[in-house]
Amino acid sequence: MMPDEDARTTPLDAPPDTTTEMPQPDEGAAEATPKGGSPRELAASPDRKPPPAEATAPGISLRDINAYYGDNHAIKGVSLEYAPNQVTAMIGPSGCGKSTLVRCINRMHEEIPGAHAEGSIMLDDLDINAKDVDVVAVRRAIGMVFQKPNPFPTMSIFDNVAAGLKLAGMRGVDVRERVERSLIGAGLWEEVKDRLSEPGVGLSGGQQQRLCIARTIAVEPDVILMDEPCSALDPIATLRIEDLIQDLKERYTIVIVTHNMQQAARVADTTAFMLLGELVEHAPTEKIFSNPGDTRTEEYVTGKFG
Amino acid sequence: MSAVAQRSLRPVGPRRRRSDAIARGVVLAFTIVAIVPLVAILYWLVKEGLGAWSKSFFTTDPTGRFLGDPGGIRSAILGTIEMVALASIIAVPAGVGVALYLVEYGKLSRFANTVRYFVDVMTGVPSVVFGLFVYIVLVVTKVAGTFAAWKGAVALALLMLPVVIRSAEVVLNLVPNSLREAALALGAPRWKVIFRIVLPTALPGIVTGSLLAVARAAGETAPLLFTAAFVLGSSADLSQRMNSLPLQIFNDVGQAQDRLVQRAWGAALTLVVLVLLLTLIARLIQRRSKLSP
Repeated sequence: MMPDEDARTTPLDAPPDTTTEMPQPDEGAAEATPKGGSPRELAASPDRKPPPAEATAPGISLRDINAYYGDNHAIKGVSLEYAPNQVTAMIGPSGCGKSTLVRCINRMHEEIPGAHAEGSIMLDDLDINAKDVDVVAVRRAIGMVFQKPNPFPTMSIFDNVAAGLKLAGMRGVDVRERVERSLIGAGLWEEVKDRLSEPGVGLSGGQQQRLCIARTIAVEPDVILMDEPCSALDPIATLRIEDLIQDLKERYTIVIVTHNMQQAARVADTTAFMLLGELVEHAPTEKIFSNPGDTRTEEYVTGKFG
Repeated sequence: MSAVAQRSLRPVGPRRRRSDAIARGVVLAFTIVAIVPLVAILYWLVKEGLGAWSKSFFTTDPTGRFLGDPGGIRSAILGTIEMVALASIIAVPAGVGVALYLVEYGKLSRFANTVRYFVDVMTGVPSVVFGLFVYIVLVVTKVAGTFAAWKGAVALALLMLPVVIRSAEVVLNLVPNSLREAALALGAPRWKVIFRIVLPTALPGIVTGSLLAVARAAGETAPLLFTAAFVLGSSADLSQRMNSLPLQIFNDVGQAQDRLVQRAWGAALTLVVLVLLLTLIARLIQRRSKLSP
């Protein structure tokens, strides 16, 4: 029981900090070590569930992705495989391009004026980055959870979850049933079932983020992208989301961007380390945190820079 | 204790006390100078105008008689409401549409910035110029007759347009981008993001801005002077001349007849009360909104 207890208390010691621009692995490591939770040991997190035996979601394969903000070359030729039903964590210092890369996957990158991305993004055998592909359809297949919880302020809890169905124009769906199932799936049902008509913005931060997850899974995507989903949350809410991610793995392929290396160690099956717009290393999480193949990865995960 | 701390911890000297008192006095004096005319206007309006108010004042049209019973201002009130309503129907959707284009599509493009510049210029154009423009384009050319209420409404709409655009643009910019991203990431087409997410979120602010534009239009005399012209009777026919409160005041106040001048005061008070009501409603809606600027 003790190691389990330890692994569960460690995240409380290193709350993700939104006000800090740069991740601070030094602090995280320093606090974790005395409690028997060096990144090395955390890599074998007992919280992590194995992926389901048979794939229920497609994987994604990035081939030579280059992304730009105007003339600024933010992502430099990244190729990467996201395995089906696995959680892949993207780690790296601020500005390394991990968020940008993830936003390329559901074509949100191009919403920024002047930004564009090149390369192939294969969902099964379809290149979803091709010019003639309907971005709206891509985004229905690849959901996204953002850094800050962003429920629609004009809508009730129920309407927030149903929003995706209506916005995406899905017909022939039993909305009540789907909303209930999504809220159960996001682990929020028990807390809100008696007040579904209250405004979504009245919930706590952690509840709001789970509401956003419910909203995302209500449209039944294949892949869920999470862009630092816990960085605005307190440690307890963070832990609930991390547990939830383990459950979501049964049905979705998940990519999670995180500033918090302990979090990557806890939730991810594989971890990709990015630096200055390039992919340095992508390997099973245990390997990244215990025996990385690149010295830059080792320096980053042991807190030598970042 | 450091030298700096010692110096600043010394008690405030008499010279500083005196200059502080003088500065306060000067600022207070300017405030009073600015407030006095405002209070005086309200005082005179109520003092002179309230005497003219009676039931028949609101329920009868002006008779046009110089001597005897001058009648009320019913046609002026109805005319103002009708023309301002029509002007709003033209200017509010058009203005919100322009603002939506600027915020959601044009963004910082050269064309969008040019539009913004012209909107700013239009905000500063004197109202008489809008009246003159409509007079030249629609009245002199005898488009469907000469003077008509709808032409007055067009002039008022032109006057309202930049105010609506600017206020709507400000509010639309206040809608957090994260909401647009959330909706787009759910697989919503852009038009649905705008109609289901952006507009409902910005609605209270848009209503507030539009009501302020309406209030401004309701008090304008110059755009109506040579578009809707002046007439005595009430009518719902927008293709005819139509009376309005500002024009009623303009006509009555120049008459060498006490009862007519008093009617002007009554009409002026009515107009101020109408505008005040609109402003109050706008304030209330704004207070309930989460996006107040």
